[in-house]
Amino acid sequence: MTLDLSLLPDGGMPWITASGPHADIVLSSRVRLARNVAGFAFSPRARDSERLRVLAEVREAAAHASMLSSAVLLRVDAMTANERRLLHERHLVSRELAELDAGSARAGSAVFVGDEAALMVNEEDHLRLQVFRSGFDISGAWERAAKLERELGHLLPMAYHPEFGFLTSCPTNVGTGLRASVLVHLPGLVLTQEVGKVLTGLQQMGLTYRGLYGEGSEVVGNFFQISNQTTLGRTEDELCDHLSRVVSHVIARETEARRILSRDAGYIIEDKLWRAYGTLRYARSLGADEAMNLLSGVRLGVGMFLIGGLSVYTLNKLLVFSQLAHLSLSEGRPLTEIEANLARARYVRGVLATESGDG
Amino acid sequence: MLCDQCKERDAVVHLTQIVEAEVTQLHLCEKCAAAKGIETTVAMPKHPLGDFLHAVQQQASPALGDPVRCAYCQTSLRDFRETGRLGCAQCYTAFEGALRELLRRVHGAAKHRGRDYAPPPAAATATNALDALRQRLQQAVASEEFEMAAQLRDQIRALE
Repeated sequence: MTLDLSLLPDGGMPWITASGPHADIVLSSRVRLARNVAGFAFSPRARDSERLRVLAEVREAAAHASMLSSAVLLRVDAMTANERRLLHERHLVSRELAELDAGSARAGSAVFVGDEAALMVNEEDHLRLQVFRSGFDISGAWERAAKLERELGHLLPMAYHPEFGFLTSCPTNVGTGLRASVLVHLPGLVLTQEVGKVLTGLQQMGLTYRGLYGEGSEVVGNFFQISNQTTLGRTEDELCDHLSRVVSHVIARETEARRILSRDAGYIIEDKLWRAYGTLRYARSLGADEAMNLLSGVRLGVGMFLIGGLSVYTLNKLLVFSQLAHLSLSEGRPLTEIEANLARARYVRGVLATESGDG
Repeated sequence: MLCDQCKERDAVVHLTQIVEAEVTQLHLCEKCAAAKGIETTVAMPKHPLGDFLHAVQQQASPALGDPVRCAYCQTSLRDFRETGRLGCAQCYTAFEGALRELLRRVHGAAKHRGRDYAPPPAAATATNALDALRQRLQQAVASEEFEMAAQLRDQIRALE
């Protein structure tokens, strides 16, 4: 099958518009709920036939859930490796569901992509419901996720234990099954060498951080995903409020760091960020991490009003569309690393030329 | 079971070696297995909280009264220690004692305080559960897993 991305509402990335609060620092806010359908073994333990039955039941339920009734169902188990990677690059499927290193995803793996929500099926848990919002908006994401979860819970019997709450494959998710996270860009804190303190502080506050692509991914381009660590023993509202409060504080620290940078190192920073822009604008070959780091610099330049004429939306788009699977799709074939580096530079050059008006 | 080599850590790798028609069993911990160059999947468990959970998970020991295996999906506490994952919802009941302690360490609490949940009308749910059990029974018979088939038969009777 060929993945037709034009079918996806917003390309499955409602956050990319950068229309939410603090969108230059917070790329997206996400609430994820893990659920399992009662009566079936959890997906990793289930037989293929069981996972396919789970998918059939979820499909039936999704057709009756208002937030998913017009969603597109993508069968991850029927996709090529590049297509699976592409969905992963859009944060629509996890590394686990995408089986990035395997020849194929396991039977029954699928994702529903709707206007406001996405629903992974047969990941580590039968259901991983995700709501993304642009910018800093955890409460908005939670409100929508709760609505969809209630609907699905009326349509499908979920595995629930009166003492342990919603049951999940891994006990680190049990209880609420809720992981609230924000994807933040903290170059100010990295440049002022404050980031270590902030990250240590997060852990003391019961939160954790990862790289751009969540679990197991490296921190690159000064992007951090901050989320709650525990899911049991507190209400969903408490978990979301706590994350929101701490993240507000992180945003304030980042803003302060940027103020100090422009006060104490104004021209050095300005020169550095314009050099990043210049490289992106004219380079003929760009590595994946290199592009991410340069985009981080330009993003900081736009956020500090040093670089004009470029929208945060464009920067979000560049971040996603300059990745390997997206480049392979637009070139129409799998790319070697060298070919990808050339295609990446060509793509970024093209977008920046158009934006600056001399394309 | 302790590691045959160091006699200190829990054995998690079980090797059956055949040397000159002699079968020997070797039980090793992760470290000694790695030292012998035996690749294990235990070294990189796929769980989200990294070394922290791994450490806790290794301590998950059977509580008094907990069975060795979950009757529904046959997952053992040892399987859980290796993968960091439980096999099905019934595992939470089967290993309740051990899990309560583990959850307290991981989450700082063992009691759910989030949303309450009541499944949709019981008839539908019971039918689903029965259907699933019946299907598992058929599969178990087909693959000649008679011990499991007997357990499933008892569960179906109880639900009917």
